[in-house]
Amino acid sequence: MKSKKITATNSLQKATKRWGVLFMGPVLIAFIIGFVWPFIQGIWLSMCQFRLISDAKFIGFGNYVKTFQDASFRHAFWYTAMFAIVSLVIINVLAFIVAYILTLGIKGSNLYRTVFFMPNLIGGIVLGYIWSMIFDGILGRYQTSILLESKYGFWGLIILMCWQQIGYMMIIYVAGLQNVPGDILEAARIDGATSMQTLFKVTIPNVMSSFTICMFLSLTNGFKLFDQNLALTGGQPFIIQPGGTTIKTTEMLALNIYNTFYSSNTTSQGVAQAKAVVFFILVAGLGLLQLSYTRKREVQQ
Amino acid sequence: MKKKIVSTMLCVAMISTMLAGCGGGSDNGGTAQAPAADDSAAEAPAADAAPAAGGGSVYWLNFKPESDEVLQEVAADYTAKTGVEVKVVTAASGTYSTTLLSEMDKSAPPTLFVIGNQAGVKDWKDYALDLNGTAIANELNTDAYNLYDETGKLVSIGYCYECYGIIANPDLIEKAGHSMDEIKNFEGLKTVAEDIHARAGELGFDAFSSSDMDDSSSWRFTGHMANLEYYYEQEGTAWTECPPTISGKYLDNFKNLYDLCINNSLTDPKELATGGHDAENEFKTGQAAFFVNGSWEYEAVKADVPNATMIPYYCGVAGEEKAGLNCGTENCWAINSKASAEDQQATMDFMVWCVTDPDASRKLVDTFGVMPYKSAAESTNGFLAAADKYTADGCYVMNWATNFQPNVDSYRATLVSALNQYNADQSDANWETVRTAFVDGWAAEYNAVNN
Repeated sequence: MKSKKITATNSLQKATKRWGVLFMGPVLIAFIIGFVWPFIQGIWLSMCQFRLISDAKFIGFGNYVKTFQDASFRHAFWYTAMFAIVSLVIINVLAFIVAYILTLGIKGSNLYRTVFFMPNLIGGIVLGYIWSMIFDGILGRYQTSILLESKYGFWGLIILMCWQQIGYMMIIYVAGLQNVPGDILEAARIDGATSMQTLFKVTIPNVMSSFTICMFLSLTNGFKLFDQNLALTGGQPFIIQPGGTTIKTTEMLALNIYNTFYSSNTTSQGVAQAKAVVFFILVAGLGLLQLSYTRKREVQQ
Repeated sequence: MKKKIVSTMLCVAMISTMLAGCGGGSDNGGTAQAPAADDSAAEAPAADAAPAAGGGSVYWLNFKPESDEVLQEVAADYTAKTGVEVKVVTAASGTYSTTLLSEMDKSAPPTLFVIGNQAGVKDWKDYALDLNGTAIANELNTDAYNLYDETGKLVSIGYCYECYGIIANPDLIEKAGHSMDEIKNFEGLKTVAEDIHARAGELGFDAFSSSDMDDSSSWRFTGHMANLEYYYEQEGTAWTECPPTISGKYLDNFKNLYDLCINNSLTDPKELATGGHDAENEFKTGQAAFFVNGSWEYEAVKADVPNATMIPYYCGVAGEEKAGLNCGTENCWAINSKASAEDQQATMDFMVWCVTDPDASRKLVDTFGVMPYKSAAESTNGFLAAADKYTADGCYVMNWATNFQPNVDSYRATLVSALNQYNADQSDANWETVRTAFVDGWAAEYNAVNN
């Protein structure tokens, strides 16, 4: 097609190039104001000591040194990593199972899909407080509380996140499953594949792209989690070490950065900013790594 | 396909230009507002001989959510009277310092804000105007609630003070066959509280209301009741700056009172961690005879418990029969030194008006309790009256040493975590953790802030 209308296409391309800038302009400006500029400023501030960002003082890499020396930050990192991995596995397995069941043509599937999706529409802070009441209503019977044991806090947060995220991931999987070509499935049936074989050898390879996106989303969501963490446990319980320093056992990275930023040390804002930059590199790096890994497993139809 | 992409891009571009239009619109709104304010300011002096400063405006960042309604009203009154624009923004409970941090960075920062304690002075002194000898300082009737920095600059100036202790319902105590006169020290309080708790079923009410450890309530213990330890530890010489370490010498006294509170209460101590009980309501509805809180509760309880009074933190310290209430303040006005001269003048005029105008100071005193200014309205707060009575009887006022808590949010959060463990299991080992959080935690937070 293209080879026939070389001249016309060229002039169209030229026009697109010329006017494209104009049409893209507003988006580009919004993107720069809302994302690129704050990002650059954030990197600059991570090398400053400041209370108000309008009078920041450059101090070099001292904030980064403090970041890596901070035991609470390291604890938060491992805790967050563990949380992200556990939630990634559980959320995706359950979401896929639910999506699979709901594409089998059960009566009322659409209603179920809507209901499962709805928890996503509730804000994280609200969810955190509601679930803390639910958990304590149950744990209270056993004379304990979600704020008293780190493991309750951890699994509580996992349950909360599953409840909220499974519906969302399910929708993506449903879309993927509906796109599996019927003729391939039919061919598999005619070839005498069992339903298990069909699922693992035909269906799953065909929805790999849904897995890519869902795993990316749940991994980064797990790492970036803040509201739910703040509202459900706020880092409690603390381990109070001899000497009075504490480890907030259920504090995740984002909450750690927040707590650092608002502590009343004159240097803490800069340190928090440095932590935020490290945090960005971590999340971006892990996300890209995971993307490239699952991409390899996608099949082209 | 290509067509589709192009049209999608067009749509996006269109929407973003619309958004850009919105941005422009609100800018216009902003500039349109300013001349309007100027107009009224120009008219005002003719209408009313008010001290309208040349075009300045006031932006008060308030930190008491419970007073917001009254402050808005007073601000509107002032604008109606003088034409000077007064904006009052209230930070949500517990978020004052974060709100201040972000508001101060804006192009129109607060002109009037609160620096409530020495930690605040350290953080914000460079942004505060020296109030020594200013019009508002001349209206004060006491210097007790002002905050100075190390150079003697008057950084912030008390606009009200408060007191805290144990709110008691004398009617219920009499119904249980006791009298307020029995409670003159810890032994007396313990006898009465334990007796009421033991007979709670028969009496229909209990001794103490719930002492929840969630954010809306834990400060009554980690902030206020903890003060008794710090106060006695000062040994008569009030701290002027945060000590790097504390000894915890009187922590056992804190334990006395704390144990009494949680073990003679409506709520099982094991259920306090996430809260959900309404202590104020328990006291108001006569389910509990004692309620650990402060003078700001008077407005809320006076209708239901007209005889409510406040007693000191009796905790078993020798000579505590002479103890009074814990009086102090975190309500201190500071003027933004980076604001324009007109705004500073307008703010100063507004402050003076607040403490001298009969109607305005009446409204403010009713919400704040009392204002320590010569011409301000008289206080009608029963708990502050109780504080005055203790002082008149020769009792010592317990100052707010608790205001020196280093890295306060983190320090208190640690204490809450330790107290949660202790509430669930009142073992000696768990109390030792509380001691670590209370005493060593102080030093650790001090180091975290100062190094």
